[in-house]
Amino acid sequence: MEPLGDELARETIELELFIQAMHRRHGYDFSQYAPASLRRRVRQLAQRLGCDSISMLTGRALHESQLLPQLLEGLSVPVSDMFRDPAVFRALREQVLPVLASYPQINIWQAGCAHGEEVYSLAILLEEEGLYERSRIFATDLSANALRQAEEGIYPVREAKQWSRNYQAAGGTRSLVDYYNARYDLLKLDDRLRRNIMFAQHNLASDRVFCEAHLVLCRNVLIYFSNPLQDHCLALFRDSLVRGGFLCLGMCESVDFAGNAGDFAAVDAHLRIYRLAAKATAMTAS
Amino acid sequence: MKTAAAIVVGCSTGGFDALKVLLGGLDPALPQPLLVCCHTGSETVELLCELLGRISPLPVVTAAERHAVRGSHVHLAPTGYHLLVESDRRFALSTDPRVNHSRPSIDVLFASAAMVWRETLIGVVLTGASADGAEGLRLVRRAGGCAIVQSPLGAQVPVMPQAALDRAGADYCVPLDDIPPLLNRLCLP
Repeated sequence: MEPLGDELARETIELELFIQAMHRRHGYDFSQYAPASLRRRVRQLAQRLGCDSISMLTGRALHESQLLPQLLEGLSVPVSDMFRDPAVFRALREQVLPVLASYPQINIWQAGCAHGEEVYSLAILLEEEGLYERSRIFATDLSANALRQAEEGIYPVREAKQWSRNYQAAGGTRSLVDYYNARYDLLKLDDRLRRNIMFAQHNLASDRVFCEAHLVLCRNVLIYFSNPLQDHCLALFRDSLVRGGFLCLGMCESVDFAGNAGDFAAVDAHLRIYRLAAKATAMTAS
Repeated sequence: MKTAAAIVVGCSTGGFDALKVLLGGLDPALPQPLLVCCHTGSETVELLCELLGRISPLPVVTAAERHAVRGSHVHLAPTGYHLLVESDRRFALSTDPRVNHSRPSIDVLFASAAMVWRETLIGVVLTGASADGAEGLRLVRRAGGCAIVQSPLGAQVPVMPQAALDRAGADYCVPLDDIPPLLNRLCLP
């Protein structure tokens, strides 16, 4: 058997070449992704597409342009749950939405929305707090395939039990069943929930700010990024947010090595809910 | 094996009791970091850290994203995330799909630690009701690291150590009570 050290060294080269191919052939730069998870995902992607090695995958990435959506899907944010980390959604409901209620128009950017579980959770929160009519949610993701799934709002019905528990724990005022129809082993969320959601492809690594947001949700996305790319994204969010706007990250994310984190003040450090500090101060002063 | 640089531990059902024994018996002078993946039920990892911290001579903390692995510390994988180690020996988290129905998955932690520490890694598989950890332990051995498996006979739930033995084999297969002195012997100069 080939010594593991040699195998890993070879695979590291293969991974670098794959990243280069994705960048030069398709314009997607993954070089600033955290290596451990990226390596796992690329390996899995190769396996799923029947490639014996990452080099083989690179060959296909170069030659088969129709493969791009699948490649991006395999390299982007995985699925989530509705009302994942209920305490966060409860805090959004009880602490953030009452502040947002003072705006005539509320813009929310969910960055890295994957299959949309948390986008619809937000829509439900806004609906129940009577704010949805004047809200717009911009749900973005790198992957067009993921966005298509998110737009459909169809999920395995086996998730319903856990999601209902989450919804209740997040302070839901009704029953989650009110928002979906179940048929066979699938559940489909009420089409009306989608009325103020705009789905769009957006690459956090290369695309710019596109809206003025009052709240940015980006949970468990930056964990896949290196420190410089994480910091770059925090700058994007800062530039997108209005004065005093809110930022919500995933519950285990650390911003301890991101210079731009200094622009945010913790509203709830444990739940990773922040407020744009610099601009918030300006707001108080004006 | 070469001098151990790090220890990874995996356990599931019965894991809390097993960890009490394992951590409780460690020498406080142990310089290596321990990285632990324990499938917990409803308990949060913070609670687990607190309870184990009362018994362990080494501080027990939740593995913190982007932060460096610290020697003489026990790091627990946070609930709901896979725990990985980057080549610069910092922690990374992932919400990728469950592996062996688990997140955190022992296989994911062991595989990434094996890439980083190779022949200086010790992998320990304890009680549990799934086969998670078996493939990870195989990779630890493949990288030249040392595998310790709790004897299935005395384990609260023998499935996990048995699966590890079947898939990876072991350098040591010993009762739980013998694991802390073994680690102390392997890890202290």
